[in-house]
Amino acid sequence: MRTTITVNGEARSLDLDPRTTLLDALREHLKLTGSKKGCDHGQCGACTVLVNGVRINSCLSLAVAHDGDEVVSIEGVGTVEKLHPVQQAFLTEDAFQCGYCTPGQICSTLGMLQELEAGWPSQETAPDAKPAFTDAEIRERMSGNICRCSAYPQIVAAIRRAAEAMA
Amino acid sequence: MKAFTYERASDAKAAVQAAVETPGARFIAGGTNLLDLMKLEIEQPQHLIDVSRLPMAGIEETGEGGLRIGASATNSQVAGDPGVRSRYPVLSEAIVAGGSPQLRNKASVAGNLLQRTRCAYFYDTSKPCNKRTPGSGCGALEGLNRNGAIFGASHACIATHTSDMAVALVALEARVETLSPSGATRAFPLLELHRLPGETPHVETHLIPGELITAVMLPPPPSGGQVYRKVRDRASYAGGLASVAVAGGNLALGMVAHKPWRAVDAEAAMASGATPAEAVARELAGASPLGRNDFKIPLVARLAAAAIGEAQDRLSGGRGA
Amino acid sequence: MSSVHDWAAPNPVTTNRSGLIGKGVDRYEGPLKVTGTAPYAYEVQPPSPPAYGVMVGATIATGRITGADTAEAEAAPGVLAVWTHRNVPAQPPRGTRVHPRSTAGSRPALESDRVYHWGQPVAFVIADTLENAVAASHLVRLTYDADAPDADFRARLADAGQPPGEQDVEIGDFDAGFAASAVRLDETWATPIQNHCQMEPCASLVWWEGDKCIAHTSVQMVKPAQHGLAETLGIPRDDVRLMTRYIGGGFGGKGQTYDDLTLAALAARALERPVKVAFTRQQMMHGTIHRPATVMRVRLGAEKDGRLNAFSIMTWTHCHQDGTFTEHASNFARALYAAPNRLTGHRLVKLDLPGAGPMRAPGEASGTMSLECAMDELAERLGLDPVELRIRNEPPSDPENGRPFSQRQLVRCLKEGAQLFGWDRRMPTPGLVRDGRWLVGMGMAAAIRGNFLLPAKCSFSVDAEGVITVRQGMTDIGTGTYTVLAQIAAETLGVLLGDVRVEIGDSELPPAPGSGGQFGAASAGSAALAAGMNLRRAIAELATGDPNSPLYGDDPELVTFQDGVVAIENKSETLAALVRRAAPAGLTVEGDSRPAADMREWSTQTYGSHFCEVGVDPVTGEVRVRRMLGVFAAGRILNEKTARSQLTGGMIWGIGSAITEGNAVDPRYGSLINQDLAQYLVPVQADIGELDAIMLDEVDDKANPMGIKGVGELGNSGAGAAVANAIYNACGVRLRDYPITPDKLLAGLMAKGM
Repeated sequence: MRTTITVNGEARSLDLDPRTTLLDALREHLKLTGSKKGCDHGQCGACTVLVNGVRINSCLSLAVAHDGDEVVSIEGVGTVEKLHPVQQAFLTEDAFQCGYCTPGQICSTLGMLQELEAGWPSQETAPDAKPAFTDAEIRERMSGNICRCSAYPQIVAAIRRAAEAMA
Repeated sequence: MKAFTYERASDAKAAVQAAVETPGARFIAGGTNLLDLMKLEIEQPQHLIDVSRLPMAGIEETGEGGLRIGASATNSQVAGDPGVRSRYPVLSEAIVAGGSPQLRNKASVAGNLLQRTRCAYFYDTSKPCNKRTPGSGCGALEGLNRNGAIFGASHACIATHTSDMAVALVALEARVETLSPSGATRAFPLLELHRLPGETPHVETHLIPGELITAVMLPPPPSGGQVYRKVRDRASYAGGLASVAVAGGNLALGMVAHKPWRAVDAEAAMASGATPAEAVARELAGASPLGRNDFKIPLVARLAAAAIGEAQDRLSGGRGA
Repeated sequence: MSSVHDWAAPNPVTTNRSGLIGKGVDRYEGPLKVTGTAPYAYEVQPPSPPAYGVMVGATIATGRITGADTAEAEAAPGVLAVWTHRNVPAQPPRGTRVHPRSTAGSRPALESDRVYHWGQPVAFVIADTLENAVAASHLVRLTYDADAPDADFRARLADAGQPPGEQDVEIGDFDAGFAASAVRLDETWATPIQNHCQMEPCASLVWWEGDKCIAHTSVQMVKPAQHGLAETLGIPRDDVRLMTRYIGGGFGGKGQTYDDLTLAALAARALERPVKVAFTRQQMMHGTIHRPATVMRVRLGAEKDGRLNAFSIMTWTHCHQDGTFTEHASNFARALYAAPNRLTGHRLVKLDLPGAGPMRAPGEASGTMSLECAMDELAERLGLDPVELRIRNEPPSDPENGRPFSQRQLVRCLKEGAQLFGWDRRMPTPGLVRDGRWLVGMGMAAAIRGNFLLPAKCSFSVDAEGVITVRQGMTDIGTGTYTVLAQIAAETLGVLLGDVRVEIGDSELPPAPGSGGQFGAASAGSAALAAGMNLRRAIAELATGDPNSPLYGDDPELVTFQDGVVAIENKSETLAALVRRAAPAGLTVEGDSRPAADMREWSTQTYGSHFCEVGVDPVTGEVRVRRMLGVFAAGRILNEKTARSQLTGGMIWGIGSAITEGNAVDPRYGSLINQDLAQYLVPVQADIGELDAIMLDEVDDKANPMGIKGVGELGNSGAGAAVANAIYNACGVRLRDYPITPDKLLAGLMAKGM
């Protein structure tokens, strides 16, 4: 099926098998291999990308269903020459080891910060209160991204550092 | 995945028509459960009708002081809706207790209700499962059934419904609104959407072929406090061992049956003055555990009593601990 | 052979003139990882479009394949080939070593009709697209003659025997000592099967350039992977180039290769095009090795003052039918505490389960989950503080062989940890501290992990820009290898970190042992230091031998290297200028390192302590880790940032093993029931509270020339026990069957009338 998706600001037209997930479209068709396949079933978050500004698991999404959507993957966040503040903070705080979950963690962070700003609740948010930028909120909101190397404390530190840099 | 064709629906009536006219058709919205199961070939639709772009994502006040939640609203939208948060906090709390933010950003309200069990024997296609392959037997019955049902199970299936959102909706006495292929709409209590397994655990709802859930209707919130509590094996991003939704005098239990379980015996007992612990014990008198899930009885007893107490505390201004 | 005494001489790493050694510099490959541009095996772009291979796993635990109907799969769209044992290309029998010095034998895939475990790859589908390959893989119809699986570990304990070639180790007379002890403890602990769950499932991408096989795979050790593949393909070892530049987690599970590599290579040869194959997450559970379950009986006999008189830990464990792997959960304890009467050993039973193998801190990770809780229980029975009990049993030398400790700062780890954590605020009586709905408790445990040094080689080059390139067949599984090699090179040659390049993960580079057993940095780094010293010598000779150099004619031994300049007193020139003029093609030298002949005269270990505070909800049995601190002594630290990350990561693994992780076996099928990351629960971000690791100053000059030791596994050792002990202190419930999940804890709470 002919599908046009704007990926990292560029309209990409693809002829896709309806079975192709957004993740495989990025990795196998567009050679954007920054988004990772850790479980392929929405159980790890390594494939997290932003679709129309919202973070989702690209493995549990058909690419053809994203015709007309705007997708930002890690490749659209920053480059080696010009790291995004979140990328720089992950590097500075050593918020990764093997690096396989990292693009998903970073995309998830970007989505998470917007959700927090918009006042979306989490299970750490008091009823009917605006969520605060606490470690407990960050931890809960980043729990959809598994890091088996377990850089969890460093990820919280990186997110705090990045938020400061971006403020 | 088995090969399938895909269409994006632009009109709900046409979508339900297509659903009955196309062999092997299924609706897809968020796809977070359906695609998961299609990859394992537990689900094998031949045609997908994408209803996610239909104008069914709105959340609006009803004339009767309730709320109408469009079926394709995402879980995150519902949990973050100011009206939901202020008047139906149990619903918001239940939603954010389920899945991960990424999943909630994609999963729809209707898809959440229609999600299938997380029973390990259902997921492993090499094991017997009457729900997946009718007549093949139940691998969980004599197996590792720690997550199995304690209410309403049958010898054919002991799987549980694992939605958090549905438990809160049942406690809130939500109704489901649908559109049928005939063009007719109907609305009925959510409690009547799901079936108990009986001899046909593969038939999970009372929806007719092609029938599309279009909205969930909430009546005005019941008077009294609201609380959702869930116990699971890790702090987040995990299915529950048991959950409890309290909304005023209403009580619903999750992960204990093939459907979200309205604890009517407990409610009746509470209404006639029983303590929370006594009331929940009344409900649990009807439970039949399987051995490895015996713990669910004391767990539910203690969790429900605590949640009822917490709801009362909240009403009286304190937030509980 | 060299002696450890040779290592005492100062070298650039120990002198650390520019202070790069130990500094927490950012990861060398970090910019690539945070931008998603570091290509893992499946992501390398081959010279032409690849075909996609998908494996099919057996759905019996033991028996034979009686039929294989592949017609429907072969006829499916896009399918290029379907293989079973009946038509897979011929491969030498398992374990064949044509080359006498191969570090691994052949690993044939689909080798016979015999099924040894559930999920064993039994068929293979190759198609033009991933979607077509996956769909066709569901169309392969296999029939089996299945035997009843023997997979119930706990039911087979009585049948377990001595692991091959092993004996129990008894010192003194354990039975007599135990009987004569004033206070005795005899309890049994159990740990479940655990799974590595590396975020990157095993994957391989292979193509051929004529007779040469170019293989990208995800593996911790390069040489055995290369040799094993060459033996499997029946070709000279030099005809396999195996690369593993970025690895999405290993933890021991990628210490070997799997059928993805064999099948990708065979298919790429047969189809004459690149082929890539990845495990699915579900296939990883059965298709790769796991940490086997254990049952551990610990007996402690103590005098009333806490001194151990008798000590025993016996471990029962299991491995697969065609294996001999033993989870040596008793061994670590031999060097830990003093006691005159000691008994340790293992019992092994073979089961129809997938392969048992090493997983992060093999031995210690499981073993400390029993002994370090037993010490906590003993302390309570004695009315002693658990920290004090351990201090009272501190041995002056290795308690089993009498060898001096090369370095042992366990007591300092215990004391500093206690102080920094606020251990004095712990109530010795459980169940007394409440915070809202949570009962709060503290627990601690000691950590120990052996230290190793393996032979390694390395090459160093300098080019006409003065850039140093380190080349080594080493791997970085997230441990920081790239970074510490760059630091060693920069410090040794006196150049900026930015003027160092590191190339690893390639079988054509000088061999190194790879990542595992926390021997990586010491082994690879020592060879790097040696190569760096050789390059210094070569550069010094170049300068002093070049009439155009200001250093001409001087003694090469006097040349100094700093800030990219070579100098003798006030005569100097830049390294780049020297090389550009005198050796415009650059210089390349090799160096190697090996264990010293007398290393074993010392008992060399790494040590630590864990302190943990948990909350337990007495209503539901839920546990939350509120804060945790580890204090470690592991020799000189090469990079405080990456080392700390290794240690905190290991601590979090301990949290997982204490409260969330375990594979359940359904013995009727001989199969693991939880097969994905929704059902095998590794810790998530919300499970981890405030958590940190501190490293004590230490130099262990008996370990290697740099005085460093490993940290990758130490953090895991003892961490789970500290969590379990904190749970007890919070609520008074001792659970000895891991993981401590709400259902089990609830039963314990109810039994206590709570």
